Amino acid sequence: MVEVEEPQDYLDVFQSQRGGFSFENCKRNAYLAAQANIKPPTAMKSGTTICGIQLKDAVILAADTRATEGPMVADKNCEKLHYISKNVFCAGAGTAADLQHTCEMMESQMELLRMATGTEPRVCTVVRRLSSMLFKYQGYIGCALVLGGVDVTGPHLYQIYPHGSTDKLPFTTMGSGSLAAMAIMEAEYNENLSIEDGKKLVAKAIRAGIFNDLGSGGNVDVCVITKETGGAILRNYEKPNERKFKAQHAAFPKGTTPILKEEIMKLVSVEEDVVMRD
Amino acid sequence: MKYKDGVILAADTLASYGSEARYKDVCRLKKVGEYTLLGGGGELSDFQYLSDQLDEMADEDWLNEDGCFMGPKEYSSYIGRVMYNRRSKFNPLYNQFVVVGKKKDEPAHLMYVDHQGTAFEENFVATGFGMHLGIPLLRNSWRADMSLDEAKALATKCLEVCFYRDCRAYCKIHIGVCNGTSVDISAPIPLNHFWGHGAWTEKRLEDDDPTATW
Repeated sequence: MVEVEEPQDYLDVFQSQRGGFSFENCKRNAYLAAQANIKPPTAMKSGTTICGIQLKDAVILAADTRATEGPMVADKNCEKLHYISKNVFCAGAGTAADLQHTCEMMESQMELLRMATGTEPRVCTVVRRLSSMLFKYQGYIGCALVLGGVDVTGPHLYQIYPHGSTDKLPFTTMGSGSLAAMAIMEAEYNENLSIEDGKKLVAKAIRAGIFNDLGSGGNVDVCVITKETGGAILRNYEKPNERKFKAQHAAFPKGTTPILKEEIMKLVSVEEDVVMRD
Repeated sequence: MKYKDGVILAADTLASYGSEARYKDVCRLKKVGEYTLLGGGGELSDFQYLSDQLDEMADEDWLNEDGCFMGPKEYSSYIGRVMYNRRSKFNPLYNQFVVVGKKKDEPAHLMYVDHQGTAFEENFVATGFGMHLGIPLLRNSWRADMSLDEAKALATKCLEVCFYRDCRAYCKIHIGVCNGTSVDISAPIPLNHFWGHGAWTEKRLEDDDPTATW
C-alpha cells in the first residue's frame, strides 16, 4: 500500500496539493487500515493464458476463460477477448475490472476518431493511447494486453504491459500460463501458416496453458482478424473441460402442488393525477 | 524421459556464476556405477561433492565382488534420503537432480530429487525453467513406446525452447542414454536457433528511416 505521511508544516501541505492528482482516497485507506484494521477488498484478477500470432495477412488472438478471485474460480466462462473496433481486438490479462473499463474506453475513443476522420482506425493509434494511459497511472491499472489488428498498413500484433511498455512481435503470450503457451508457440510457429493452422496453433497454446497452469482453465476463445472480414470472435472455439455428468431434473408438471386457498388483495390503488411542473 | 528401450537425459553445458555465463563447457551429467546416470542442476559444488561420494559408493560396491552392482533404484533412493536428511539438518545440498537408469532387464527408472528432499518417480521430468517450458511439450508428445531418435528429438526441442526463453540457458547440450547394457553420454551437441522471423526482418516503410520503429 502507498505510504502516506502526515504533513508537518505548510510546505508539506503545499507540496501535497501540487500536480493534478488527488490522493484523498489514499489517505482515507491508510487511516482505515491503521485505525480500524479494514483492508481494501481484493480485486478480481484473471490468472490467465492469452496469446496472439501474426500471419501473412491476418492476426489471430486466443484466450482461456477462467476468472479467479484468489484461489477460487469466480467465473468459469468469462470473456477475455475485447472488441475495440471492427479491425482491432485485444486479449487481456490482469485485473478484470481494469481490463473491461480500459477496453471500453478505447472502443469509444476509436469510434469517435472513426467518425471524426472518416477512416478506419489504425492499430498503432490504439497502442499509443493505451501505453500513454497505462504509463500515466504508473502500473496501478493492472492491464496486460495482447492487441492485434489489421489496418491499411497490414497486420500488426502488439504486447502491452501494465506499466506502459509496448512490444511489436510476430507471436506473443501473456498471463500466468504464458510460459506453457510460449513453449508451444516457440516449437510450432512459423509465419507461413494458413488461417486454419493458425487457429489450431493458438488453440493448442491455450490448451497447454489450461492444463499446465493452475490460474488458467475453462474453454478456449479465438478471434480471427483479416483484412476482408474484419474481426470475428469465435466464442468457446474449443471446450476441453465439458462437464461429463449433469443432474437431470424433469420440470414438475403444473398442478403437482395442490392449491388449498386463493386470496387476492388489492394493496395498491392507482390514481390518475397529472402533476404540473414549472 | 523414458523411451521404449530405456531412458534418456539431456542437459545444457552451462555453469553460471549468478548472471555471468562463466563455464560454457561443463558436463552436468554423471555416470554412477554401471547402470545409472545422474543429471544435476543448481549448486555445482554440491553436485560435485555428491558425485564424489557416489563414486566412493560405487567402488565399495565393486569391492564387494558379489556379482551384482547397485542399479538406478538403489542409487536414486539413496540420493533421495541423503537430500532429505541434509534439509532436515538445515544444511541442504542445493540441487535439483534427475536420477535415471536401466539395469539389464528391469524396467527403466526415472526419479526427480530436490534440495528439499522431494523425491518422486515419473515417466518424464524437467528441472528449473524446463518445468514451465518443457513439461507442456512433453505432456503433449511423450509416448511410452518412443524410439531413441524420437526421444532425442523431443528432448532437443524442449532444450531449444528453453534456450529461447530462459535467460540462464545455453545452446549446447549433452544427451545421456541408458539402455540396460551401457550408459553413454554424448559429445556436446549445438542447438539450432532461428531469428529470421519476417515480422522482424521485413521493411514496412517506403524509405529507410532508421528512427522509425512502428
